[in-house]
Amino acid sequence: MSNSASPIMLQVKGLNKRFGPVHAVKDLNFQVHRGEILGFLGPNGAGKSTTMRIITCFIPSTSGQVLIDSKDNIENSIEVRKKIGYLPESAPLYNDMMVREYLQFVGEIRGLSASKLRSRIDEMFQVCGLTKMATRQIGKLSKGYRQRVGLAQAMIHDPDLLILDEPTSGLDPNQIIEIRNLIKRLGQEKTVIYCSHILPEVSATCSRILIIREGSIVASGTPEELTMRASGSSRYLLRLRADKASVESKLSNVAGISKVEVAASGDWCSATATADTKEDIGEQIFKCVVDNNWSLAELRHETASLEDVFTQLTRG
Amino acid sequence: MNNITAIFKKEFKAYFLSPIAYVFITVYLVVTNFLFFQGFFIVNEADMRSYFSILPWIFLIFIPAVTMRIWAEEKKLKTMELLLTWPISDLEVVIGKFLASLGFLAAVILLSISVPITIAVLGNPDPGPIVGGYLGTLLMGGAYLAIGLWISSLTENQIVAFILGVVVTFVLFMIGNPFVTMVAPSWAVPTLTYLGLGSHFDSIGRGVLDSRDIVYYCSVIGFFLFLNILSLESRKWE
Repeated sequence: MSNSASPIMLQVKGLNKRFGPVHAVKDLNFQVHRGEILGFLGPNGAGKSTTMRIITCFIPSTSGQVLIDSKDNIENSIEVRKKIGYLPESAPLYNDMMVREYLQFVGEIRGLSASKLRSRIDEMFQVCGLTKMATRQIGKLSKGYRQRVGLAQAMIHDPDLLILDEPTSGLDPNQIIEIRNLIKRLGQEKTVIYCSHILPEVSATCSRILIIREGSIVASGTPEELTMRASGSSRYLLRLRADKASVESKLSNVAGISKVEVAASGDWCSATATADTKEDIGEQIFKCVVDNNWSLAELRHETASLEDVFTQLTRG
Repeated sequence: MNNITAIFKKEFKAYFLSPIAYVFITVYLVVTNFLFFQGFFIVNEADMRSYFSILPWIFLIFIPAVTMRIWAEEKKLKTMELLLTWPISDLEVVIGKFLASLGFLAAVILLSISVPITIAVLGNPDPGPIVGGYLGTLLMGGAYLAIGLWISSLTENQIVAFILGVVVTFVLFMIGNPFVTMVAPSWAVPTLTYLGLGSHFDSIGRGVLDSRDIVYYCSVIGFFLFLNILSLESRKWE
């Protein structure tokens, strides 16, 4: 859970990135506490990967600052990189190496001692379910196993901050659940940033979600908070036998309804009434229908889900 | 230092993981041996001068083939994004990769040991010029490798890296060649001869290791490795 008492692991201040005329990241400000799993959610091309590349010191920002464990990631670049484990989008790996050999190589660059490295590799094989694949060539692995090797690579040095860019892309549903559980387990001690464009992924694992669109944060909060925020408005869907114009005028008069849209097809018409109140006004709507002697085939109440928040915030 | 060793080990092994390496080693050995022994019995002298004199030409094709993969593949597979976010400096990566390619070249050159052995069996060669010649070959090869490495960092296409590598080393080789210096204005001749990749190898081929030639090849290596680092940094300039 978001716990403001625990120390800040990552702080992003006024981050901007321009690629020529394209303003990919616009004045991004956020922080992540130790032991938090932050979901970084946004449609493709929203600037997620660019932000991650800036945090991991792959590219510099145009302006702004990134502090990891209160160290600037430009001034103390090498030191900061030691604290980060990074799985880039699509898990780029050396195809001609074997799995064990690759992890050995990464561990050496991470500066692990030979004995420590041996035990870490075995641990990673266990955790990521790679034991049977130790002597396979990476280029011949399936997408799911490649993703696991990428994860093992990111975790081999037991980093404080784990950055995962679309870690479950290309996995089957069982593997997705496995990876989710793995991330949840890691999130108990470590700090995890989980980038995705798929909402259920993020809402199932993360303690806090940032939704970004076109390089800016458009919403942030726990999954519950974001859902609450959305349920401020709800919709009533009706199908009735009535005259289009009178449905429009009569329904608009019901207290709490802010907008009515009606589409007629023959004798029947379907109406969508948007309510701006949290209270259930289904009864009032039904009374209105009865008072006007309309035949009612359907009356349905839809509250906004997290999905709707995401769609509302990231579309257009 | 540990980082350079890790990169070196990984890159050096990578050469032998691909079958192309063995094809190249074979072709290299067959071609150089053939060209050398063709004239060897006619000249009938127990030395390796003519062997070393063909190497600058062979390297024009051979070295770009050795280096084309090194960065182009990292870019194509996007493994560069991981590599350069690990706690390792750009300089360490470049040096590690360069040393690995130099190690591969040294291994190939070592395999041509059959040539001096044959000569020693047939005649009585002076070992000094031969050892000097081999060291010079490694130096010159290093210069070609540094150029090839830099060119590989400019593209994600290995074929483009190979062709550009051949062209650039060929131009740098030719500017010091009599072919060009004969027609060049006389004031430019000393500079062109100095800059040419091949002209410094003439005395090495005779077995004379001149400090000026050593300085020249080391400067070329340093300059192109520096360009390589700049080309990695260029991702930050967009």
